[in-house]
Amino acid sequence: MTVAGKMNQYQVVGRKAATDENPNPEAYRMIIFAPNAVIAKSKFWYYMHQFRKMKKTTGEILDCVEILEKNSRIVKNYGIWLRYSSRSGTHNMYREYRDLKLTGAVTQLYNEMAGRHRTRPRSIQIIRTATLEASDLKRVNGMQFAKKNVKFPLPHRVASAKRNMKALSSTTFTTQRPTTFLG
Amino acid sequence: MVFKRYVEVGRVVLINYGPDAGKLATIIDIVDQNKCLIDGPANLTGVTRQVIPYGRIALTDLTVKISRNARQKTLTAAWTEGDIQAKWDATSWAKKLASKKKRATLSDFDRFKVMVARKQKSSIIAKKMKELSA
Repeated sequence: MTVAGKMNQYQVVGRKAATDENPNPEAYRMIIFAPNAVIAKSKFWYYMHQFRKMKKTTGEILDCVEILEKNSRIVKNYGIWLRYSSRSGTHNMYREYRDLKLTGAVTQLYNEMAGRHRTRPRSIQIIRTATLEASDLKRVNGMQFAKKNVKFPLPHRVASAKRNMKALSSTTFTTQRPTTFLG
Repeated sequence: MVFKRYVEVGRVVLINYGPDAGKLATIIDIVDQNKCLIDGPANLTGVTRQVIPYGRIALTDLTVKISRNARQKTLTAAWTEGDIQAKWDATSWAKKLASKKKRATLSDFDRFKVMVARKQKSSIIAKKMKELSA
């Protein structure tokens, strides 16, 4: 069960335990998105025993290393292919996100799947991720921000009293409607 | 209602909330409809390169001519060329913020001096009004 939160990217390498007949078994490497290394290793076995005849008791993890973003200072477009199970069946999906880091995009993905489809993190399997050029984007939402000279106003700005920000009104009742036009 | 302040690359913004509240920054790239990438430049305003949601910033009237993802050097050069800090300090918005800040640090004696000054100002005005209406 993947607990959600900020996702990190891990490279997990594992293999079946060495035996007398098979002293040097083939090692398998997986890229896992998980909040921490413990869950990453657990997910590694979850996938490995779906794909190969290998499980935690019969195998060993050789390495689990966090993969950091090469350049987290520029905005990139990410395409993510995933498989998720809904209440009525399991489906494939392709989603796009704009973010500075791949792990940021994956975190956005989990949160958005939860919001839009009520999908819990345990039901989501990430098949593949890719960094895309602006011309390769397929979804309209990302495309409109990946253009040159994007500009838009911020209409209807509502002040909120959450977390020490300015409230809409200093009193509970007022006769004046607030100004939401800030240029 | 015509909009004059846009979220665009080069727009100077004032940060309203967070650890950098009250500082100026420039938008160097737009992430999506909720957040953008800003940079001080760090050596001029103290704001490092970061992603910030629009709810935490206020757009100003000032813009800087830069291209998307400008490096700090180019951004600093554009800021000094456009003389943004001086232009900002001259706006009434900045002056009001500064006077609010000053008022919050006044001592009781300073407040007394303010009271005396206001009384002097109102007596000058009242005298002139009497002169004009007579």
